[in-house]
Amino acid sequence: MARKISFKQAVNEAIAQEMGRDETVIVMGEDNVGGMGGEGERDAWGGVLGVTKGLYGKFGDRVMDTPISESAFIGAAIGAAACGLRPVVELMFVDFMGVCFDQIFNQAAKFRYMFGGKAVTPVVIRTMIGAGFRAAAQHSQCLYSLFTHIPGLKCVIPSSPYDAKGLLIQSIRDNDPVIFFEHKLLYGLESEVPEESYAIPFGEASIVREGDDVTIVAIARMVHVAQQAAEELAKEGIHAEVIDPRTTSPLDEDTILESVAHTGRLVVVDESHPRCNVATDIAALVGQKAFGDLKAPVTAVSGPHVPVPFSDALEDLYIPSPAKVKAAAKEVVEYAK
Amino acid sequence: MSQIYPVTMPKWGLSMQEGKVNRWLANIGDSIKAGAEVVEVESDKIAGVIEASSGGVLRRKVAQEDDVLPVGALLALIADSEVADSDIDAFLAEFQSRFVPGETEAAESTAGPETVTVQGRNISYLRRGDSGEVVLLIHGFGGEKNSWLFNHEALAGTNTVYALDLPGHGNSDKAIDDPSLDGFARVILGFADALKIGQLHLVGHSFGGAISVATALRETDRVKSVTVISSAALGKEIDVEYLRGLTRTNSRKELKALAGRLFANERLVTRQLVEDLLRFKRLDGVQAALESILAAFLDGDQQRVVLRDKIVRLGKPIRVIWGEQDRIIPASHAALAGADVHVLPNAGHMVQMEAANEVNKLLHF
Repeated sequence: MARKISFKQAVNEAIAQEMGRDETVIVMGEDNVGGMGGEGERDAWGGVLGVTKGLYGKFGDRVMDTPISESAFIGAAIGAAACGLRPVVELMFVDFMGVCFDQIFNQAAKFRYMFGGKAVTPVVIRTMIGAGFRAAAQHSQCLYSLFTHIPGLKCVIPSSPYDAKGLLIQSIRDNDPVIFFEHKLLYGLESEVPEESYAIPFGEASIVREGDDVTIVAIARMVHVAQQAAEELAKEGIHAEVIDPRTTSPLDEDTILESVAHTGRLVVVDESHPRCNVATDIAALVGQKAFGDLKAPVTAVSGPHVPVPFSDALEDLYIPSPAKVKAAAKEVVEYAK
Repeated sequence: MSQIYPVTMPKWGLSMQEGKVNRWLANIGDSIKAGAEVVEVESDKIAGVIEASSGGVLRRKVAQEDDVLPVGALLALIADSEVADSDIDAFLAEFQSRFVPGETEAAESTAGPETVTVQGRNISYLRRGDSGEVVLLIHGFGGEKNSWLFNHEALAGTNTVYALDLPGHGNSDKAIDDPSLDGFARVILGFADALKIGQLHLVGHSFGGAISVATALRETDRVKSVTVISSAALGKEIDVEYLRGLTRTNSRKELKALAGRLFANERLVTRQLVEDLLRFKRLDGVQAALESILAAFLDGDQQRVVLRDKIVRLGKPIRVIWGEQDRIIPASHAALAGADVHVLPNAGHMVQMEAANEVNKLLHF
């Protein structure tokens, strides 16, 4: 039975259902249980924004608090995965991931290859991304492009509660290391989510809206920005197709290419820093494989090449808005060679 | 006295709150007979045609193509040619001033699906209406109670109509204890017992048609009539490629192509219809459920069980409805001596959706 729950609840429910199904699933991270762990404080926090709240009460010591030492506990989770557990480890903000790049980039991502396919590393690293939280440059980046760059990692970027639950269940069941990116501004978003467990396969884009005039590819919160833009465009008779790749590694190239073959125009919306990001990657894909289909240049909508500003006004200006996406779409639709 | 008849946005299924006007199928000034097609409307699930409930002249198109309007909103007005324009204007103004979006919904369909335990498993069902005869709608393989989207409410005016989700389907439990037709027949009878339903009429689509017949064979006295629509168990041939594809794939593209085979007009398959099918297919246990049904149902590339002879000997009123362009089970299976047979043109396997108005007219109890 489907009912409306929030993105945050969907993440929690996915972990709880998989913990119930498979006793090798464990949860690690900062403040998952309740900070210092004194009686009465336990299970009080559930991570910095309360996503894992309630899991300690249900599963006891399979939910662990870690010291504030990302390099240590991410390494420990990867080691536990290599030894047979399925850890779901939370690294508060993706911005802090830098201190454990060796563990992720050079160990977890490489095990399957370096051990001739004999080792698997079923770890899920959950982490928050995104601007708009008034949390300044060190807590507002997306950074999924860095992880998408590394072969051996799977990168999952859900945009709705339904997708979050199904993709997280798939992430936990997957035998490869998965980085699971949660946009902090989406936690309160509600949509219909089945109570039952379900897995959404990786590498399958979601066609959020169908249209004939321009393809808009967007990820994470930008899917909603793109949808708002598409609604505005529809009022002017421009019908945009909105595609959410959902996973950037693996990437569903076919759905994007087929859509561009149909519309002949592409706008890619990516909240992350504009150089070497997912938008440039998808723009290059379409430039290389669908040049003949294009009726206009590919356009990317991203922020400027600066750290996310602390000033509210500047932060709002930094994040791609529906108006910017709409303007980009109109530009490619009206483009004349 | 001449009447003015409003054509309004229909409500197809629980979740529909608004619909889009796709295209007009009649022009202003056209003389329209009752039952003639007036306008095509699309919900987020499916597109369908609205027919005139009464004859007259199409006097006003209130809605424009591409308009998205709430359920109950005025689309057009039909009236005899002698009705004065001023009366039409007055009717229009009156209607619009009284119309509150969402009000009809709140008043009419308050109750959502309910759950009952049958043989230790949860079965989800939806009940509409509370008068007249008791009718049970049984969907097909991979279907759900929403397969009756265009029929359930329409039949509920004069009947008490139940639609259930079979084991392994919709919101019912996904485990199937006995995937044979007889096993499903026992679930149907258990469902009726649990809800204290005595005698009832069965309406089954496709695999559900075969279940209806199997149910009537088990407890003949309890079943007052059987209506089978594009039904299984009336012949050997069936599109096994469709059945196996539906069971195996989780790819949207493949499911879209497969869903297209269900209709004569593939345009009716919306993005949301395919998305709903995908969401169903992804649920834990569904794949295994469909596989077990298929293993019991098929014998090689054909249907294992044919009940033609037994149906005729039931001694009950039998109604057979088919879409002439059915690509899943050939319409030639519809010919059944002694039955009330209707083969409808321009409709495929999902004839109860594609030719909903005609089918609803045939379903009297």
